[in-house]
Amino acid sequence: MRTSFRVGAVAMAAAAALLMSGCSSPAAGGDTSAPVSLSYWAWAPNLDKVVDVWNKAHPEIQVTVQKQDGGDPAITKLLTAIKAGSGAPDLIQAEYQKIPTLVAADALADISGTVGSDVKSAFTDGVWNSVTLGGDALYALPQDTGPMMFYYRADVFEKLGLTVPTTWDEYAADARAIHAANPADYLGTFSSSDAGWFTGMAQQAGASWWGIDGDAWSVNVDKTPTQKVAAYWGGLVEEGVIDNKPMYTPAWNAGLNTGTQVGWLSAVWAPGVLAGNAADTAGLWKAAPMPQWDASAPATGNWGGSSTGVTTQSTHTKEAVKFATWLNTDPAAVAALVSTANIYPADAAAAQSALTTAPAFFSNQPDFYKVAADVAKTVSPFTYGPNVNVAYSAYNDEFAKAADAKTKSAFLAAVTNMQKITTDDLTKSGFTVK
Amino acid sequence: MTTFSIPRTRPRRTRGSVDSIRVKPSFVSTGILLIGAIYCLFPVFWVVMAASKNSSELFSTFTLMPSTHLWDNIVELTQYRGGLYWRWVLNTALYAGIGALASTWISAISGYVLAKFEFPGKKAVFSVLLMGVLVPGVILAIPQYFLFASVGMTNTFWSVLLPQIISPYGIYLARIYAAASVPTDVIEAARTEGAGELRIFNRIALPMMAPGLVTIFLFQFVAVWNNFMLPYIMLGNDALYPVTVGLSGLLNQGATAPAMYTLVITGALLSIIPLVILFLVLQRYWKVDLAAGAVK
Repeated sequence: MRTSFRVGAVAMAAAAALLMSGCSSPAAGGDTSAPVSLSYWAWAPNLDKVVDVWNKAHPEIQVTVQKQDGGDPAITKLLTAIKAGSGAPDLIQAEYQKIPTLVAADALADISGTVGSDVKSAFTDGVWNSVTLGGDALYALPQDTGPMMFYYRADVFEKLGLTVPTTWDEYAADARAIHAANPADYLGTFSSSDAGWFTGMAQQAGASWWGIDGDAWSVNVDKTPTQKVAAYWGGLVEEGVIDNKPMYTPAWNAGLNTGTQVGWLSAVWAPGVLAGNAADTAGLWKAAPMPQWDASAPATGNWGGSSTGVTTQSTHTKEAVKFATWLNTDPAAVAALVSTANIYPADAAAAQSALTTAPAFFSNQPDFYKVAADVAKTVSPFTYGPNVNVAYSAYNDEFAKAADAKTKSAFLAAVTNMQKITTDDLTKSGFTVK
Repeated sequence: MTTFSIPRTRPRRTRGSVDSIRVKPSFVSTGILLIGAIYCLFPVFWVVMAASKNSSELFSTFTLMPSTHLWDNIVELTQYRGGLYWRWVLNTALYAGIGALASTWISAISGYVLAKFEFPGKKAVFSVLLMGVLVPGVILAIPQYFLFASVGMTNTFWSVLLPQIISPYGIYLARIYAAASVPTDVIEAARTEGAGELRIFNRIALPMMAPGLVTIFLFQFVAVWNNFMLPYIMLGNDALYPVTVGLSGLLNQGATAPAMYTLVITGALLSIIPLVILFLVLQRYWKVDLAAGAVK
């Protein structure tokens, strides 16, 4: 009997030894002369190559990019690590709509005291507002923006003798003409799985889904602008002149390749996606400003766009801020963001030189970035709340049903349900809701 | 269809003799097996065909038509971020290899102790283990994350390796194998000769349990190789990812970057090759073991 315990003790000792050796492996900090190493969770493609430029010039602050799967998984992981008390990186690439959530979870450090006073001038007020949340604190530095634009197959438009739509009425007319010419073709699709896309379109129509008034939040999803957008798309889907399948599926990809998707309401980063998903259609696409609700007051929304934040678990806030400032405002860094990481920088002035040549996929449109710059100036203001994830998943659930039902009334019902789900969650989470 | 006509050409068998227990091949069961084989192999066939296409062919040509870009895809996959894919394969091999070996040894020694020793609380230990068999590993991933976070070990190699070393099912199987294949007389004889307990286990019991342990090893190896949830939750550094998590990341790049379908398909194809080889090499041990189990 005693022998069996001895066997157990050996196994325990072995397991303990494994644990100990595991514990000792992460390098301990504290030595001031040693270079500071920072970890950076980001998902923008090739961002590590931009960071290499920094690492070469700054041996005292070494940054390691740990590439993440995308905006949502990275934030979920960060929130888990914050809750667990360890495991978070020093720096995080956070989409603007995630910032209120991260601030509510105390995941982002307030860096207003560390950032140079001249940094603010590099960004537009709208973008700056989304990283300060309108207060005195600063939770991140803006990296890129995603002003929405309209992409279309110029060859198909020419063949059918169509003009590029400047209003949503014209867009609907073109959609009808394209679908009539070939029943397999659609000018676009209503995607019930891309909440960010729909948010951008509601933003264009003048919506701002959340509002802060003192300590109280308000939820304004079920208001005229969003209802207008939902009714418009519900109408087109009901009529059958627009596709109702989600984007970013293999079927949608096939549509881009074979040309049954004749247009795409996307954002300034679309060239990278098109080049990756439908390389053979290079030179056939063109970009234009979004169709407008009111042609006399052009507006657009944002889809995508992100910032660089410093987490509350970082012990090297000062160095992290120094790096983040360089990455997002230094002309060489911002130019590399454009040319290597294919993003449209928030500090567009610093990237002038890199923004003169159109992306290779749009070599047929040399003024691509001029169109983009004009569009970027017309982005409408929008406030995100602390439960964007809930509102977005409500969008996915409710609009998936609406896209199946294919009726205008179902689209409007989806907006009403989104409002209710988002408000209920905010109240349940303990926020004061007006 | 030609395969079904073969039995007719065979010489007539004499009824009742021992070696004529072979049953006439049944069209129904052969048919079901064939359907089963097609059902299992068709997706693999699809992957092979799809891996040979470039990204525009993938979405525009007929699904099952092969193309000529397999090598280009492998080269592109190899070049992706400086050969990161092969790093993932190596990681998976380490997680699965070390994890399965350690797990097999721990299962073996635990099963052996449970089968051959009497000690207070043995029943309780075994009951807890049996309950452990019923709990899917996925459920434990989040608690394990918090445990590792409390000692600051998330996002490390150990955070994926250590939780997969203990396998209640493996211990349970090992206990059955030990009870059946290691005679108590042999252990007592060895004790009389003066051998220590660890020596008896390593030199006598372990070899006797070997066929069973191959099964445990294969089970655990495949389980770790295919595991997604645990590394997905534990790891933030993609240099530590196993193939499963890495490939899923290539597909979910977010809205602003294209999904790399061809790379994922090619990567998936390459990642099953080691498993196929492992099964082919170890299958005879496995067959021995299945037969051994059949007569118990």
